[in-house]
Amino acid sequence: MDLSILGYQFMQNAILSAVLGGIACGTIGVFVVTMHMPFIGVCMSHAAFAGALLGLWLGFNPLLGAFGVSLASAAVIGPLADRGELSPETSVGVIFSLMLGLAFLFMGLMPGTKSGALELLWGSILTNTRSDVILLGIVAAVVVGLVFLFYKEFQATIFHRDMARSVGIPATVMLYGILFLTGATITASLRSIGGLLIFSLILNPAAAAYQLTYSMKRMFLLSAGFAVLSGLMGLLMSYLFNIPSGATIVITSSAIFGIATFFSPKRKVKPWQKKPLVEEKQ
Amino acid sequence: MNNTVINIENAVVSYREDIALRGVSLRVKSGEFVGIVGPNGAGKTTLLTIVNGLGKLIHGQVQVLGHHVTPGSGHFLRKKVGYVAQAQNIDPRMPMNVREVVMIGRYGLLGLFRRPGEHDWKIVDEMLELVGMTHLARRPIGHLSGGEQQRVAIARCLAQEPELFLLDEPTASLDWRAKTDILELVRLIHDSRHLTTLFVTHDLSSLPVACDRVVLMKEGLIWGEGSPEAALTDDNLSQLYDMPLSAVKARRKEAILI
Repeated sequence: MDLSILGYQFMQNAILSAVLGGIACGTIGVFVVTMHMPFIGVCMSHAAFAGALLGLWLGFNPLLGAFGVSLASAAVIGPLADRGELSPETSVGVIFSLMLGLAFLFMGLMPGTKSGALELLWGSILTNTRSDVILLGIVAAVVVGLVFLFYKEFQATIFHRDMARSVGIPATVMLYGILFLTGATITASLRSIGGLLIFSLILNPAAAAYQLTYSMKRMFLLSAGFAVLSGLMGLLMSYLFNIPSGATIVITSSAIFGIATFFSPKRKVKPWQKKPLVEEKQ
Repeated sequence: MNNTVINIENAVVSYREDIALRGVSLRVKSGEFVGIVGPNGAGKTTLLTIVNGLGKLIHGQVQVLGHHVTPGSGHFLRKKVGYVAQAQNIDPRMPMNVREVVMIGRYGLLGLFRRPGEHDWKIVDEMLELVGMTHLARRPIGHLSGGEQQRVAIARCLAQEPELFLLDEPTASLDWRAKTDILELVRLIHDSRHLTTLFVTHDLSSLPVACDRVVLMKEGLIWGEGSPEAALTDDNLSQLYDMPLSAVKARRKEAILI
């Protein structure tokens, strides 16, 4: 294979984007999977897409629009998720459909060519600029840094929010922090992976890691590793076969999930389940 | 009066349209073991949540361990108040083991930016030993039975080194053996540590015999209180649970047969 392609800046940007975006998405995915809130993440990614289109339509930075609208959706979803006042599926479903409706409305209102909008829809990692890479780097550093600093608070919140509150951990603040980081990660990855597909890169690697370990620390590492691998493999296939990169990245992450599920030790009988109870107590 | 650790005065709590507490006053002395009994919806759990600052008062006041419970102080107080809830449905694939879950009890005490040290792990191991769970310390938490998970919840609560011990239906949905074991464990902990304990249950067979006092609750009010013998009479139970006296007597006989 001709490796001279690596000398081009666009490919270096794409590789860095795959690595940094993978680290951020894979880390955030652990929260989404363990806290059972994939639909909230899907809703936020569509909100980011709608916000970006609003920016394109009104002529301001689409990423600002994406970040603002995804945070606004989190501000609505957060209390519903936290207090359980309404059926979360129903309320999140309503917000999800509203965001999709707004996205198509903004696209329809946009004058001229829709290529910019379609790029945000499908994503194109090969056209990422150095500033996209820097943004992804900042978001990845913030996400990993906060998880490292507040690991025990996040761990307790993941385990059980009410229980975390009962031992004096600010679980509501942690939940909003997670939603904020999810919004930031989706926004930074929007141009690379696309509004329709970004959530798969958050969900699939973490879901694959969830199949393979009972250790939360290991799950964070595996999830980030799988997301980076998905990004790099998808990028390679996109380049080799000249097909959309967002799609190849997501399909690769889905394949990793399939393989992880097939080999999951959690689907097998555990060593202690084979032992008679009496023997175990001794 | 000086050794009162919980002082609730005329507490009113409302959840949207429902009034959970309609003006409850209660004093609990240091080291006391109080059983709180009543039918479902009587406001028993809400009473515990205003003690640990998770419930929001719309009227009245609560003083716990010498501090007024306010939205601002609740966070600080919860570090001193151990709370064991009903058995929860834990995802069997949850990536945490028993030892890590017990350590969560120490997290509030440790505070931000501090990681658990050797001393914290030693306390965790001691608490696991106390509740008889050392042999399952490395087991994923989701793989435990309901009774085992409640033992872990008690160990987690004790790892917190609490000054108050609140138990909210800790034996609900457990089988007879697991229920008996948990009740015995709670009694042992109270006797050995003299922890002020509030034990909520709707099921009279789950009321620990060690209770110093029983508080009867119905429709958001304290309906009566006294020693277990004085409070749990056939007449009182008949009115508390809206059951005919004959049915209460029949249930007692069945309980004796067990």
